[in-house]
Amino acid sequence: MTDDSNTADSRVRDADAWAAAEKVGTYEWGFTTDIEQELAPKGLNEDTVRYISAKKNEPEWMLEWRLKAFRIWQELPEPDWAKLHYPPIDYQDAYYYAAPKAKPKVGSLDEVDPEILRVYEKLGIPIEEQKVLAGVEGARKVAVDAVFDSVSVATTFREELSRAGVIFMSISEAIREHPELVKKWLGKVVPVRDNYFACLNCAVFSDGTFVYIPEGVRCPMELSTYFRINAENTGQFERTLIVADKGSYVSYLEGCTAPQRDENQLHAAVVELVAMDDAEIKYSTVQNWYPGDAEGKGGIYNFVTKRGLAQGARSKISWTQVETGSAVTWKYPSCVLNGEDSVGEFYSVAVTNNYQQADTGTKMIHNGKGSRSTIVSKGISAGKSNNTYRGLVRVAPSAEGVRNFTQCDSLLLGDQCGAHTVPYIEVRNPSATIEHEATTSKISDDQLFYAMQRGLSQEDAVALIVNGFAREVLKQLPMEFAVEAQKLLGISLEGSVG
Amino acid sequence: MLQIENLHATVGETAILKGLSLTINAGEIHAIMGPNGAGKSTLAYTLGGRPGYEVTEGSATFDGQDLLALEPHERAAAGLFLGFQYPVEIPGVSNLQFLRESLNAQRKARGQEPLSGAEFIKLAKEKAALLRMDMEMLKRPVNVGFSGGEKKRNEMVQMGIIDPKLALLDETDSGLDIDALRIVGEGINAIMRKPDKAVLLITHYQRLLDLVKPDFVHVLAGGRIVRSGGAELALELEEQGYEAVA
Ligand SMILES: Nc1ncnc2c1ncn2[C@@H]1O[C@H](COP(=O)(O)OP(=O)(O)OP(=O)(O)O)[C@@H](O)[C@H]1O
Ligand SMILES: [Mg+2]
Repeated sequence: MTDDSNTADSRVRDADAWAAAEKVGTYEWGFTTDIEQELAPKGLNEDTVRYISAKKNEPEWMLEWRLKAFRIWQELPEPDWAKLHYPPIDYQDAYYYAAPKAKPKVGSLDEVDPEILRVYEKLGIPIEEQKVLAGVEGARKVAVDAVFDSVSVATTFREELSRAGVIFMSISEAIREHPELVKKWLGKVVPVRDNYFACLNCAVFSDGTFVYIPEGVRCPMELSTYFRINAENTGQFERTLIVADKGSYVSYLEGCTAPQRDENQLHAAVVELVAMDDAEIKYSTVQNWYPGDAEGKGGIYNFVTKRGLAQGARSKISWTQVETGSAVTWKYPSCVLNGEDSVGEFYSVAVTNNYQQADTGTKMIHNGKGSRSTIVSKGISAGKSNNTYRGLVRVAPSAEGVRNFTQCDSLLLGDQCGAHTVPYIEVRNPSATIEHEATTSKISDDQLFYAMQRGLSQEDAVALIVNGFAREVLKQLPMEFAVEAQKLLGISLEGSVG
Repeated sequence: MLQIENLHATVGETAILKGLSLTINAGEIHAIMGPNGAGKSTLAYTLGGRPGYEVTEGSATFDGQDLLALEPHERAAAGLFLGFQYPVEIPGVSNLQFLRESLNAQRKARGQEPLSGAEFIKLAKEKAALLRMDMEMLKRPVNVGFSGGEKKRNEMVQMGIIDPKLALLDETDSGLDIDALRIVGEGINAIMRKPDKAVLLITHYQRLLDLVKPDFVHVLAGGRIVRSGGAELALELEEQGYEAVA
């Protein structure tokens, strides 16, 4: 997962992280916490939208924006083209807003309800972050904007960030405090009517994160948000907007897990990224929501719209995702490469086990001259699961000299799972260079026996081989995430062989 | 150390081992020779616990334990090492990562503390030097893109790091050039020729046995040991072939 050239040395350095990762692997992540919830009335209509907007003290323009979206949503058909099967969602039988009651405003995590902190602890928040929170000297800084259910309850490091001119806050706050920035970009990358789930999000989004990096600023720390679905039967509608101004850089980490539930829970987030001239946004996700039990019962429905606008010349947007959770995943982090010589990257590992279904991939829309994109997708299927890569590479007629490289590898564990690769290539400029490589392989008995003969248990052997398969992607992750992700791959495949 | 009695094993539907008995004591080096298809690798795999190699009769006891009742990784932790005739590639996993995780899994199973990164690197450097293997090779993925001879030498580096009690080396000499053969032979002596260890060399050639002098030589044919003797038996075989001797 790290470069060959420094694997050994980084192992030495990261002994602590490994020990922590060991711990991460040993607990069950199905649990709920008792924090009083404030719920919107069940169901979805204009009053629900008004209720949410009022709860958040939103300005009139925001309410109008939401209501317009809601009206559009009512007319949109639910997509059914993905290779997914799930019972119809009753949108009236869900709550659209849940906030921990009597939400306090706090400057640091210390002041947060200890019950909430305990949740984070159970979640195994990476050791580096715990060190930072514990005030360990020399620890690498990670700013945590903790999203507990739908509302941000704490933001740390805000001061240091604001000294750098970085705005990092909940989107509700940003709507009040930086309306000009929010108005300028909200819905500009993912338009309201883009798709059914994104449109629903526009109407009822509860909270999320807003980040603005000013011109020429390299964000002094990795920004990280932990999502967690906690209230029973509560749809989650996060909204994230990250704007990187000219020549700026930011790395944003998103990770999450969810407690065990019998009912399926809907999650429809929208993430919008904007990169101006020479700006770079690196967005990393480790997604570990409850996938349902071994029989396929329960689990999260994850219908997410993530899109980055590489608007400026030489701008760069890089998505890295490790998807191990959710019963159903429908997710295509994409790049719209408008800028000349802009760069889009998509590195993905998607694991499905038992009855999980994942339909994920990316879209690289090349509008800018000389824009380049790289897609590396690693799908791992086990049990009776289905794993589909769906990718689009589109080159506009005016985009000269575009290059794309796509690598799609599938790894099968057992013979009851499925892996599917669905590439769409639309090239309207003959100067484009498009390369596509795809492989499908199985973990061989030879490999398993070899690893076991050296002392690894079957599950550890599978985890090792799978991590090797996913290495190209894992090495893109920041260290604190990579360790967790590596562990997760093993955990999510437990019991899948033999 | 290892007592094999009347071992019968089938692969798929085919009976391969048909009543094989062999005792190896600590401090001894044994060589098994025999024609292609005789069942030498099958013996190694069966002792290693490879799935698909089914024991239908007989027993194998390792340090007083019923070896056949253990899972492959438990056999490894008990001190059994297999040098593979055809070492396997594991893409994306560096040799160092593979070996460190393997070694620490074994140590954990034995109730020992894991080696720290620094301790492990020191150990790996030492064993790589012993086998004259460049550390850079150990940073590469397990056996991927290694030449045949490099793979075999890598097996010996692994053996050095894992430091087993009993090594079953399946044609470790095949594919090695003259210099490499000498390095590997000396490596085996350095790592395994100790009073509390033992080796079973599976080989076709005397040249390895010139370097690693066996205490006993056995001829395996038709799924059983058909003849046993001292080091001189190998010379006899080399001169006269299996048909005359066995
Ligand atoms: N999966 C299998 N199904 C059926 N027969 C098998 C299988 N694997 C091996 N055999 C057979 O078992 C016999 C013994 O094979 P084994 O590999 O043990 O021979 P060997 O003594 O190691 O030979 P060599 O010197 O060529 O390495 C051979 O006839 C081989 O074809
Ligand atoms: Mg053989």
